[in-house]
Amino acid sequence: MKKQIGVSVSRRGFVAGSAAVAAGSLGFPTIGGAQPAPVKVGFIHPVTGFVAYNGQQARLGVAMAVDDVNKAGGIKSMGGAKIEPLLGDSQSKVEVGVAEVEKMNEQGVAAYIGCYQSPVGIAASQAAAKYNTPFLIDVGASDLIVNRGLKNVFRLKPGFGVCVDQGIAALGALNTAAGGVAKSAVIVHESGEFGTGTAKLLGGKLPSIGIQVKELIAHDNPTRNFDNIALRIRSLAPEIVMMSNYQNEYVLLARTLFQQKVNLAGMFSVLGGGFNYKFIKEMPDVSQFMMDTNHWFNPKSAKAQALKKRVEDGGNLFTFEVYLAYTNVAFLADSLERAGSADKEKLLAALASSTFKAELMPYGPTQFVNGQNQGARAAVMQSLKGDIEVIAPEEFASAKAVFPKPKFS
Amino acid sequence: MLDPAIIFAGVLNGLLAGGIYVLVAVGLTLIYGVLHIINFAHGSLLMLAMYAVFFLWRLLGIDPYVALPLVIGGAFIFGFVLYRLLIGRFSHGRDENILLLTLGVSIVVDNAALLFFGGDTETIAVPYAGTFVELGAAFLPLPKIISFVASVLLCAGLGIYMAKSDTGKAIRALAKERHGARLVGIDVDKLFAVSYGIGIACLGAAACLLMPTFYVTPSSGYAFVLVAFTIVVLGGMGSFTGAAVGGFLIGVTESLGGLFLGEQLGQIGISLIFILILLFKPTGLFGGGR
Repeated sequence: MKKQIGVSVSRRGFVAGSAAVAAGSLGFPTIGGAQPAPVKVGFIHPVTGFVAYNGQQARLGVAMAVDDVNKAGGIKSMGGAKIEPLLGDSQSKVEVGVAEVEKMNEQGVAAYIGCYQSPVGIAASQAAAKYNTPFLIDVGASDLIVNRGLKNVFRLKPGFGVCVDQGIAALGALNTAAGGVAKSAVIVHESGEFGTGTAKLLGGKLPSIGIQVKELIAHDNPTRNFDNIALRIRSLAPEIVMMSNYQNEYVLLARTLFQQKVNLAGMFSVLGGGFNYKFIKEMPDVSQFMMDTNHWFNPKSAKAQALKKRVEDGGNLFTFEVYLAYTNVAFLADSLERAGSADKEKLLAALASSTFKAELMPYGPTQFVNGQNQGARAAVMQSLKGDIEVIAPEEFASAKAVFPKPKFS
Repeated sequence: MLDPAIIFAGVLNGLLAGGIYVLVAVGLTLIYGVLHIINFAHGSLLMLAMYAVFFLWRLLGIDPYVALPLVIGGAFIFGFVLYRLLIGRFSHGRDENILLLTLGVSIVVDNAALLFFGGDTETIAVPYAGTFVELGAAFLPLPKIISFVASVLLCAGLGIYMAKSDTGKAIRALAKERHGARLVGIDVDKLFAVSYGIGIACLGAAACLLMPTFYVTPSSGYAFVLVAFTIVVLGGMGSFTGAAVGGFLIGVTESLGGLFLGEQLGQIGISLIFILILLFKPTGLFGGGR
């Protein structure tokens, strides 16, 4: 029997049926027709562990994209070859991510897509480099990912360098417009590669917009309690708190600062792990006026809006993991189409020369330099009245920013 | 040098955090004291209790503090039944089997939670979340004050129950001398299950007190259970008083360590005080010479 991934698949159902997905619509040839061999693609995400939700969201995007590609006739230049997903769980562990690469290599994958966390992506793509297998980073912010001279690594999305530059520029413009109300900042970041790297970049660049960094505060994952950090922030009295952490700690920190009534001109994050619809809808008071520079879909793209509706109709949230994973599958399918083969050299050449139009994203023209898409850019958003509004770049803006935010009475 | 007012606020924050640690640790030490096993499922069962609190709020609109008796009762029954039907039945009286069984329970519960609840972060937004009490430099959120007071009262209540009630006395007798307790007619198997149930009920209470200020994911129980293990050893394994004192001590140490050394290095303070105490008193603060 042929099992299809539903168009509006629920996340829970998806996780439960992960194995079925791998063996489902995506791979079985119909009886009587000479079907070309499917193109095996390895998807490695943390579907268990402390960022399991993010990994599951990425898988949701993968499932929808693979389904769409296959339903649309597969890779036409390869005789309609279907994409066959091999699903791997990194468990948020570097060594497990690498082991998944090795396992999938044995099964003959043509390419990998993953891994959500930068350290896992760095190690897994290095492992894939041994076999000259393309590795597409759907989510993974560290710029080290594309700065190692590896020819098999491609990142369509912006890294934290670009996101920090954009965020700093936006914050600088807001502050100037507000008469330079913000003069100092405290940066709170998770202690891994993502948070530390982003914090260092922020710390180096904030003075260029007239904001001095009073302190960088690192925390572990998980952190049980942010009371002391709130206390420290209160004693330092910065106008801005910048956050760079994963979902749980992002939400906990925001809630603690709200509960402790820490008065700030603004809370600003770059790649804030918890800035999403769920947080904004469930905690509108806590999230009100918080700003984030992050991956965001192009709100003016009809295709993005249609995908958003499909995802939400399935009872899921349209988070960046979903549309970035979806876009990367489409990008890989486009490259396979142009390569006309799953041969690794041909596929690598097609990826490197790609001008793929990422319709869902607010990106400029695609052009890869050392594996990084030069057209990639983030959006700056603000939580306003229980919704997420884009406040920059201006051509995608859906609302005017509120800065500084009103003080607690 | 830090302002004394900030240090004072740090101590208060530590005490508030310690209140929750005490509840989790008391449950753990009670189970150890009676059953002589480390309950590896402690973190998973705490997580399960937190989901129970979350769903009571989400589906029925029951405030986490109002849910206290319900969740404590439910957790007790769950622990009692879990011991009767699984742990007690299949351990065949061997401690190593109990260890493996509780480890197995934790794996099953963790993965079942991931399957049924998803990996997303779930929180409870109580209307009084933003209310706080200002005490010098300290801004103490009302939910944390309620949690602290409730935790102290619950621990005191449990302490009195263990000291005065027949069941409490029987549990203490059982903890001291298993065979002697059986000889004087105490239903040992039932009391094992009751003790396990009380230990899990403590987790139910901790879950209610945690949820207004924390979150739940399938792995969130582990954030507290590791520190609870430290407290149990520090206070003296099986010692009720040790768990209570150790909980507050670790809470304050963690808080001050964070203030003086930074949030990451601050965790060293816990290890340092742990090593120091065990160096001078290897059985822990209130541990006997078992």
